[in-house]
Amino acid sequence: MYKIGVIGDHESVLGFKAVGLNGFPCADSTEARRILHRIAKEDYAIIYITESLCKGMIEELDKYKDVRIPAIIPIPGMDGSYGIGMQNVKKSVERAVGADILFGNDEREKEGR
Amino acid sequence: MARLNVNPTRMVLTSLKKKLAVASRGHKLMKDKRDELMKRFLELARKNKSLREEVEKQLAEVYGNFTIASAVMSSQMMEEALMYPKQGVSIEVGEKNVMSVDVPVFEFTTTTDDLTNIYPYGFASTSGELDKAISRLSEVFPVMLELAAMEKEASLLAQEIEKTRRRVNALEYIMIPQLEETIKYIKMKLDESERGNQTRLMKVKDMMLEQAIRQKQAETAASLQEFKEQG
Repeated sequence: MYKIGVIGDHESVLGFKAVGLNGFPCADSTEARRILHRIAKEDYAIIYITESLCKGMIEELDKYKDVRIPAIIPIPGMDGSYGIGMQNVKKSVERAVGADILFGNDEREKEGR
Repeated sequence: MARLNVNPTRMVLTSLKKKLAVASRGHKLMKDKRDELMKRFLELARKNKSLREEVEKQLAEVYGNFTIASAVMSSQMMEEALMYPKQGVSIEVGEKNVMSVDVPVFEFTTTTDDLTNIYPYGFASTSGELDKAISRLSEVFPVMLELAAMEKEASLLAQEIEKTRRRVNALEYIMIPQLEETIKYIKMKLDESERGNQTRLMKVKDMMLEQAIRQKQAETAASLQEFKEQG
């Protein structure tokens, strides 16, 4: 039996607690980092982290990338999406293919080329 | 291309030839594996992208609902209402084998049987907006789980593809050329020594023949002399 954790700011975590996930409210990335390392050792299979916290701990997330469990998934928090989750998908595409072939069109549109 | 540092002997040649056969077979297999992995990965990444967009959109909606709820209710009330969750969620982690990559499969079970009553509070002191937010969130949750499984699978596949690609390249651009080069070198060396041997033999034969002729001549000369002396 595994558990699911959510690390995020207080307001974002509150709702997830209500539907039965284990919420870990924390204020900044340093604290989040500590919590992440602690609960990654316990039996958490999925850990959702709000993107505003992810920003400060990209290296930590990469550490868990190649292990089967836990899966660490960035989700948007109360303060909206920073596009870190998408960035991760993009990164894994780049890693596999060597070049970004899925998101290339979007970016070109954004840059107005 | 550098060749391997080996002795140019027939035995080494055979073993290298065997190695080359194995390497090219491995290369072909790896290439096939890489192509298939790539195919699956791209499919997955496309799905992953759209699913993430979906989740992000829905979560934004949920947060919106929560914001409204917290505006209507006092924060203490809301905290109190959500403090003790009614349902617990636990997940089973299964295993799925995708092209020899172990990817986790998540299956979740909730502790409450009644899906309609997930609200961990009485309705007296809470607002309807909170109900809406919670029910939306519990709808989004399975999709989030799917997203988690998919992203993990994508990143594990990406890792495997990277590894396989390195191997393919190492075989294609280092191992196989090196082996071919070395085999060629040994063959040349062996041919060369073969030719050397041949010439040496020819030379020896020549010398022997010459000696025989000289001996014969000497014998003839001797017998001629003898004949003259007698006559």
